[in-house]
Amino acid sequence: MNIFVLLKRTFDTEEKITIAKGAINEEGAEFIINPYDEYAVEEAIQLRDNHGGEVTVVTVGNEEAEKQLRTALAMGADKAVLINTEDDLESGDQFTTAKILAEYLKDKEADIILAGNVAIDSGSGQVGPRVADLLDIPYVTTITNLEISGETVTVVRDVEGDSETIETKLPVLVTAQQGLNEPRYPSLPGIMKAKKKPLEELELDDLDLDEDDVEAKTKVVEIFLPPTKEAGRVLEGELDAQVKELVNLLHKEAKVI
Amino acid sequence: MNFELTNEQQMLKEMVQDFADKEIVPYAREVDETSKMRYETFEKLGELGLLGIPFPEKYGGAGGDTISYCIAVEEIGKACGGTGLSYAANTSLGASPIYYFGTEEQKQEWLVPMAKGKTMGAFGLTEPNAGSDAGGTRTRAILDGDEWVINGEKCWITNAGYSRQIIVTAVTGKREDGRNIVSAIIVPSDTPGVTISCNYDKMGVRGSNTCEIILENVRVPRANLLGDEKKGFSQFLFTLDGGRISIAALSVGIAQAALDKALQFAKERQQFGQSISKFQAIQFKLADMAMELELARNQVYKAAWLKDQGKPFGKEAAFAKLFASEAGFRICNQAIQIHGGSGYMKEYDVERYLRDIKLMEIGEGTSEIQRLVIARHLGC
Repeated sequence: MNIFVLLKRTFDTEEKITIAKGAINEEGAEFIINPYDEYAVEEAIQLRDNHGGEVTVVTVGNEEAEKQLRTALAMGADKAVLINTEDDLESGDQFTTAKILAEYLKDKEADIILAGNVAIDSGSGQVGPRVADLLDIPYVTTITNLEISGETVTVVRDVEGDSETIETKLPVLVTAQQGLNEPRYPSLPGIMKAKKKPLEELELDDLDLDEDDVEAKTKVVEIFLPPTKEAGRVLEGELDAQVKELVNLLHKEAKVI
Repeated sequence: MNFELTNEQQMLKEMVQDFADKEIVPYAREVDETSKMRYETFEKLGELGLLGIPFPEKYGGAGGDTISYCIAVEEIGKACGGTGLSYAANTSLGASPIYYFGTEEQKQEWLVPMAKGKTMGAFGLTEPNAGSDAGGTRTRAILDGDEWVINGEKCWITNAGYSRQIIVTAVTGKREDGRNIVSAIIVPSDTPGVTISCNYDKMGVRGSNTCEIILENVRVPRANLLGDEKKGFSQFLFTLDGGRISIAALSVGIAQAALDKALQFAKERQQFGQSISKFQAIQFKLADMAMELELARNQVYKAAWLKDQGKPFGKEAAFAKLFASEAGFRICNQAIQIHGGSGYMKEYDVERYLRDIKLMEIGEGTSEIQRLVIARHLGC
């Protein structure tokens, strides 16, 4: 089975995020594999172990992403590909990333492509579906279970807390939701072996792409942190009066109802 | 010069940190209270390949360097000092002597299962009247045909209750100048005559297993002698030098945990209308703690690096152990001070750090012995 995983290097949102000059301050931030992509890597490794084949992890980014790719290799992926856009692109969006990935994947004859359901940084959840669309293959998002038998793929997907079972055929693209599996720790022998596994580095040129072909379709106008939490208020008086005041405040002050 | 960790070292650090957060931190208080080592943790450490970091792949290890090993000790120690001590002793004292001085057969028999994380091992040096003073060793091994017959007593032996074998030091003869030859012999724990009891009630590192061993007419094959019989104890000083680096790394781990807690507390604790981290009295404490911690870590890495380069590292290992344990004690003490009354309460963990780190100034050569070692290196 020819298995591909789309992986993104993101900053760790459990760390404190600061903003400087309209951008997220990357200095001192911790960078990790997007947690949803970790589920995708784990699922890919399990698929390979059960069905045979090879797992290739692909990322679009800069040299810094090599560490996250190596981590995926240490977990058990076989090959990694870094599509380095550092010298070619100043900025990009979901369209840019999807276009680059699709261009890379179009002649790879992937049986299955796995991605995270959403990246914890920009959180669009678009890249996976867009890639599937460009490759003209089916996709199923936010999956919590995956079974493959022959060409038939049975997927359980999370639908607003409920679940839905879908049957489709290979080749397919799926995006992983929390609960799909429990990602393994990269073992120490895994880490040592990862050093020797192939990590290919490509640029836009290698994919016959120009900057114009992948120019972002959207523009970030502003980035800001959510408002800091203010002290709470305790209402006083008769219960009926409190309820009335609360409704009134929610309507007029908080404007939520 | 390059002060950056390699990609692999960085990955290892993150892996151990993740593992420790989920598998060690939640049990740290419990193992301290019950004084019972959690063996399951060691099974899992073994599955991840962490019990064989510095040994080559052909002996079941990961082929990592000493720096990687120190990183693992630090991260495990940060989560739980007791677990960190058992982890460090298992590799540095239980496995290393067999790797450095064992015959091929001994390595296959004893080292490989340890490096793979299937078994644990201990090193029995300390006796009621001997420790750093190896000359005071009373345990005797007498050759009877093809067997050593060992009699004696060992105390404060880490991990002995969970070990498949214990490397025991014993007097095996006399040199021409009349002084005792002290050798090391591998004793399988289930040999008749070996009695292991683990009933010490320790001040700290209580999650680590510590035992007393009585040896009564214990017979083991002659082939179990470890290393060169004539060279005696001096060859094992190398093992102790290596062990000191790991105790230093463990000190750094415990001290890092104390600094993290103190900094967090100082930022949250409000007094006189502001967080106490805004007061210079607290800031200066935190600044000193952070500085001493970083200096200690640098010295750990330097000693480890020297060892990896095959250069002499005895003096640097003593520097690292002495400085990291004493600075670590200061850091843990100040962490309690910053916490005030809360720090005296068990639920804030910092009192445990102080109890745990006290051992670092004692185990594997007291601070005073480290100073002696350093002075000797200076030519005194």
